[in-house]
Amino acid sequence: MIGPFVFGLLLPVVAGCAALALHRRPDLASRIAAGSIVASSVLTGGCAICSLATGATASIKIPWNVPLGSLSLGMDPLSAAFVLPISILASAAALYGRDYLTATVRPGWIARSWFFFNSLVAAMLLVVSARNGLLFLFAWEAMSLASFFLVLTEYDHDEVRHAAWVYAVAAHIGTACLLVLFLLLGRGGSSLDFEQFTPQAAFASAAFILALIGFGTKAGFVALHVWLPEAHPAAPSHVSALMSGVMIKTGIYGLLRTLTFLGEVQPLWGWTLLGIGLATALYGVVFAIAQQDLKRMLAYSSVENIGIISIGLGTGLLGLAYNIPAMAACALMGSMLHILNHSLFKGVMFLGAGAIQLRTRTRDMNQLGGLLKRMPWTGRSFLVGALAISGLPPLNGFLGEALIVVGALIGVIASKHAHALPGEIVGVAVVGGLALIGGLSVACFTRAFGCVFLGEPRSQQASSAREVDGGMRIGMLILAAGCLLVSLLAPLWPALFRSAILALAGGDIRDAVMASPQPQSLLIALGVAYWLLAGVFALVWWLRRRIAGSWQAETGPTWDCGYAAPDPRMQYTASSFGDPFARLFRLLLRTRSGQGVPAGFFPQEARFSSESPDPFASSLFAPAFQVVAWLASKVRHLQHGRIQIYVLYIALTLIALLVWKLD
Amino acid sequence: MFSIAGCLPVLLAFCGAPLLFSVINRTKAKFAGRRGAPWLQPYFELAKLLRKSAVYSRTTTPLFTLGPMVSCAATATALLFVPLSGVAPVFAFPGDVLWVVYLLGTSRFFMVLAALDTGSSFEGMGANREVFFSALAEPALLLSLTTLAVWSQSLSLGGIYGNLGAVVLAPAAGPPLLLVAAALLIVFLAENARIPVDDPTTHLELTMIHEVMILDHSGPDFALIQYAASLRLWLLGSLLVGVVVPWRSAGLVLNVLAGCTCLFLLAVLTGIIESVMARLRLVRVPEFLIAASVLSIVALVLMMR
Repeated sequence: MIGPFVFGLLLPVVAGCAALALHRRPDLASRIAAGSIVASSVLTGGCAICSLATGATASIKIPWNVPLGSLSLGMDPLSAAFVLPISILASAAALYGRDYLTATVRPGWIARSWFFFNSLVAAMLLVVSARNGLLFLFAWEAMSLASFFLVLTEYDHDEVRHAAWVYAVAAHIGTACLLVLFLLLGRGGSSLDFEQFTPQAAFASAAFILALIGFGTKAGFVALHVWLPEAHPAAPSHVSALMSGVMIKTGIYGLLRTLTFLGEVQPLWGWTLLGIGLATALYGVVFAIAQQDLKRMLAYSSVENIGIISIGLGTGLLGLAYNIPAMAACALMGSMLHILNHSLFKGVMFLGAGAIQLRTRTRDMNQLGGLLKRMPWTGRSFLVGALAISGLPPLNGFLGEALIVVGALIGVIASKHAHALPGEIVGVAVVGGLALIGGLSVACFTRAFGCVFLGEPRSQQASSAREVDGGMRIGMLILAAGCLLVSLLAPLWPALFRSAILALAGGDIRDAVMASPQPQSLLIALGVAYWLLAGVFALVWWLRRRIAGSWQAETGPTWDCGYAAPDPRMQYTASSFGDPFARLFRLLLRTRSGQGVPAGFFPQEARFSSESPDPFASSLFAPAFQVVAWLASKVRHLQHGRIQIYVLYIALTLIALLVWKLD
Repeated sequence: MFSIAGCLPVLLAFCGAPLLFSVINRTKAKFAGRRGAPWLQPYFELAKLLRKSAVYSRTTTPLFTLGPMVSCAATATALLFVPLSGVAPVFAFPGDVLWVVYLLGTSRFFMVLAALDTGSSFEGMGANREVFFSALAEPALLLSLTTLAVWSQSLSLGGIYGNLGAVVLAPAAGPPLLLVAAALLIVFLAENARIPVDDPTTHLELTMIHEVMILDHSGPDFALIQYAASLRLWLLGSLLVGVVVPWRSAGLVLNVLAGCTCLFLLAVLTGIIESVMARLRLVRVPEFLIAASVLSIVALVLMMR
């Protein structure tokens, strides 16, 4: 099993280099690179399904003459649960990217873009399969750098360079924590191989905090999320899809993998993840509603979904810590399923946003409208994504969230008689929290779909938009079909993900988690209930058709309460749709609006604009980095550029070291 | 799980749900000193709408007709999982609490899209208020059901309401159940677009919520919307009366009769509320709905003691 996987990992790298060599023939380079991604996805995805279905693990180890390092790769169900979404989304994004890049990027850049894209896919696969701390960090850094260069694709725009810079800084703050984390974990061992990590009770909490910051920066936990709303809109859309759909999930993978090294689960970890998840999800969805830029909105929604995943993980860890196996099984499985689901529906929405941007030259939702008629395939795929991401039946988003909430409910009910777990807090946080988040994300995505695809076009570009075709359409349809497929195959997932969550459950509870039937029975019941809903809908549809068959429908203008001359500019805009939410959450959002009120007897012009800048970026990180810049300017005096002074530094350092060693 | 006995109340719901509207309207008419419309008026209206043809805006897409159909289908499906007083629902599984609540969400999602499909700013406004208020009502509904789930140690609506009768006379259950009932009443009024959240008879489109969303629907589409609204009234009403009157008897018919009577009494109460109260200002509605969430949180905390 590991053989095909390693081959699938190396294939994109080789093809990426080949594409770079063929940079004078961009079409051929695209073909080779995209083809290699699809081939690699088939191999790695197949290995992942194999490992998930059988629970098998496989590994390979090649010596590497780097201190503490070894080329140690492995595949186990936990890795496989992340390889699966990577391979699905990467191939859809590659198919989409082939036509998208040709249409958007100048020919000279296409081969380079593919090189970095292929490197990103390979690095992500390496991250989730590395079994050595040093190799992991190497892959992690390669992943950050490849995505950094991909974000920089349109480097001649100021805001793109700014976004890439913010991303590079955030990525390296995270990596700094991970460096310390792995040194801490590998203390006393001869190498940083994962199998040599032994649980150290004294450092467990410190390691957990380091992992939380280091991996949380990549995942986008609240306060560390500031790079997401910058980098996702700046990157080409198929890259945004990949970054948002799976790259940020590698942060979650890292966190989970670290948890397997730390020994007995402590309740505090569960509470921390639950609290962070709740804050992240609420923050993400509230800011998503306040955005007018389509891709920025999707980026904030990714923050929300990382929050939901984290809520599920926190709930699951609480279930493990307080010994309620059914709660742990449901919530952890819900998180795992949500990771897969989010990669599908967020992928389709980012690809859709890219198609819209390509055809209308704008991402401003207030300028769009009426696109469902002009871009029907994009619109339908986006609708599937919107319904799924709102967590509503009958699509896949509901399955993961339902598992998490049912896990929490099991815990709450159990805590009535076993008082160890404060059930009311879990109940309010998970059940109440997810209900509120679900309601807000319904608002967020009805707003997005309604303002972009329904009504009349609000601008000239939107009214002249036309559908995308070829690979771009296929890429979107694959992911939309994936959303439907996951919900059709609902009863299958618990059996697949059961072995993945067992990595977290150590000790006595392991068998109980393995044996708990609740996730399986819930998803079987939901699978049947989906068919019931489909049956009732078919009945209603049939009745409606029978009734409507006898007459010819008339058409006319929208009634609009009798106003005879409606204008597209009179429609409710994305800003007006978000306004009540902006008022309710005004303390958090601090929306700034500028308006020009019409004046005089014959008013000519009125204007209104509003924006909700991220408070963490503007009030926390901006001042903090100003201090850093100030300190750096003070240290700059050390740098003179004269050889003599550097030789003096070296001499002084040597003397200092000698003195230190002499003692 | 499948229960054949549950088919009786569901059949009654499918046939009799529109009657709840006439009970509310007759009550309001009594308060206003009018005689009121005939009891079967909602049925006459549905029959008339089904006979009529529809006018569609040129702006709309197939989503416009899909909305009412999905809304009706989702609400009808949800009703199959909801027990009426002690009678087990047609279908039940552990976790169907969420399924029912989220099906109402699916119904709302498609109605909101159908409203936005017209491009009318009035309907956009209504759609906006609908998602805004329901986002605030949803935590209250789910937390109330969580409190009941803790009390009856079950995860399916059938189990929750079935066990409620057996234990309700315990003194510890009184205060939390009362709070849950209050929270559910607020949710019932808000989700069914009744006073004090929304006024179904107001004449000014600017102040409407539910009615303004469906301005452009006509003919069979409008009939489906009205029918789905009556089913939702019945559904959320059954959740409320199951808590307030947890009396269960052994006989199926007696149980069903008791449940229906309670539902009609609830409709009378709704009519009374609509007659004696004014609609809240729109900016006050969020506070009203957050109050429901707070009530249900307090109930959950009390239930855990």
